[in-house]
Amino acid sequence: MSVRRLAPPEMQPKDFSFSKDNLAWAKKEITKYPEGRQQSAIIPLLWRAQEQHGGWLPEAAIRHVSDFLGMAHIRALEVATFYTMFNLWPVGKFQVQLCGTTPCRLRGADDLEKVCRKRIGDQGEVTKDGKFSWVEVECLGACVNAPMAQINYDYYEDLTSESFGKILDNLAAGKKVKPGPQIDRQLSAPVGGATTLKEKA
Amino acid sequence: MLADKDRIFRNLYGQHDWGLKGARARGAWDGTKEILAKGRDAIIEEVKTSGLRGRGGAGFPTGLKWSFMPKKSDGRPQYLVVNADESEPGTCKDREIMRHDPHLLVEGCLIAGFAMGASTGYIYVRGEFVRERERLQAAIDEAYEAKLLGKNNVNGWDFDLYVHHGAGAYICGEETALLESLEGKKGQPRLKPPFPANVGLYGCPTTVNNVESIAVVPDILRRGATWFAGIGRPNNSGTKLFCISGHVEKPCNVEEAMGIPLRELLETHAGGVRGGWDNLLAVIPGGSSMPLVPAGKDQADTLLMDFDGCRDKKSALGTAAVIVMDKSTDIVRAMARISYFYKHESCGQCTPCREGMGWMWRVLTRMAEGRAQKREIDMLMQVTQQIEGHTICAFGDGAAWPVQGLLRHFRPEIERRIDEHTRNAEAQGAAREAAE
Repeated sequence: MSVRRLAPPEMQPKDFSFSKDNLAWAKKEITKYPEGRQQSAIIPLLWRAQEQHGGWLPEAAIRHVSDFLGMAHIRALEVATFYTMFNLWPVGKFQVQLCGTTPCRLRGADDLEKVCRKRIGDQGEVTKDGKFSWVEVECLGACVNAPMAQINYDYYEDLTSESFGKILDNLAAGKKVKPGPQIDRQLSAPVGGATTLKEKA
Repeated sequence: MLADKDRIFRNLYGQHDWGLKGARARGAWDGTKEILAKGRDAIIEEVKTSGLRGRGGAGFPTGLKWSFMPKKSDGRPQYLVVNADESEPGTCKDREIMRHDPHLLVEGCLIAGFAMGASTGYIYVRGEFVRERERLQAAIDEAYEAKLLGKNNVNGWDFDLYVHHGAGAYICGEETALLESLEGKKGQPRLKPPFPANVGLYGCPTTVNNVESIAVVPDILRRGATWFAGIGRPNNSGTKLFCISGHVEKPCNVEEAMGIPLRELLETHAGGVRGGWDNLLAVIPGGSSMPLVPAGKDQADTLLMDFDGCRDKKSALGTAAVIVMDKSTDIVRAMARISYFYKHESCGQCTPCREGMGWMWRVLTRMAEGRAQKREIDMLMQVTQQIEGHTICAFGDGAAWPVQGLLRHFRPEIERRIDEHTRNAEAQGAAREAAE
């Protein structure tokens, strides 16, 4: 079980409310669920609140979303602390989620962890320029492309310390990086070409 | 080797168009209306005959599961929920379906929804799959646009399909935890019975199916149950997506016939075990929740990759995520990391699981370094047995089994480490102490 706490009061902003666009989006989102079941939308709404607030979820946002959905605050707090993708503390502009579960460990996640420690620092720490933070996460579901990491929304796969370092360099310099496998490979097909599906579709 | 014409996922590697036009060219949405015209019972019967067993891990017959839904509605709506919370370590097959063949899944949802009398479907995608979720939503939008879904669609069954997402909790892959999460709560599994087919989402009859189980249904109905049943061994029929990761030359996803020997699977598609077959130490055939199978004549050498084949080796097919470990692997550390995974992902509801996971992880971490007593090996085995079967959901079993597999097959290795650690400690002047 992962025990998670909200950021301390001095870090918390006083207020939070959805922007106009997000509010319109949220009103539409709850129509996916039957009448009276709008609580179902809490995860997507908290997620949107986190996006709006620079990648982390302050207490004011949790309260705002729970009021919007007509839920008790404690129920929303339960959800926010239960699901690990809600960052309860500030994160960098580029949040690196390094997969550290066995399939990635078998193929070199240890090396990537060293790169993170060297370039970013300890887990959960944000670099001074506010650009990076990293955290080790559990299996991200791209095991045949191990080792891999997710940076914000994209997966970067088949990494080595060199290619991973280069991605971080390019992101820091504001350059574009290509998600997906970082070696010559068609997504999850074997290196050197698929052994199947060679006939024309 | 399975012929290409018998493969269902013909865009597995994303080499072709994923959109409606491309999917149609590959045969999706062909004759869907005629399939529905056969009627509910005929479809369920056909899926039963095909021998399709659930692809999410437990292997429960899909047709049978559908038949548990009430035939006549008592006024409550009925729901189809698709489990796309793919998080089992080693598994990455549903991701490929969602991003490369989403229309097979969307069409499957419509057919499955019709067969169980559900007019609404939710697909619960794990939170990390942001791009996959966008792709799936785009496919659903295309289907609405083409009037394949929604009210008064061309297929003749009103059906609405929504994409919902989680936020990084492995336990939400357990069906009742998924329903809790979909209702906007913490993902903590419910006691069964009542089963979801009676009391599921919002207290209404619900069936939860894995992505792959649903996505293969349209092809089964188009090509006929006998085609599907003719692949693989009886009771283990059909094709399956295998995810081959770990110490192989070329890790990959591939669709193969059920029952393919492990060695053939690895050598045909993944370039074989790194350093040759003899360099194999152990393999986990079905995702991290399943016990490992060590190398050896009666073990991995003769392992057939289907439900019964894996059961014969005291493991299980699970999600068919093959994690290969060669002789360079620190097997105790590898399994300790899996224990850490379960410690991290326990929902905290049942005491044996919440407390036991951390305990197992701490003991295994010590054992990996040899800092343990030999009697603790038996104690660890006993603890796994006290967790197994004593929790609300199967998470406890799934966490206990890999540890049991390790102790069953690698006890001498753990003892060797303990001996070595003791010897080194004594050489540095440590005195033996009485047990606490």
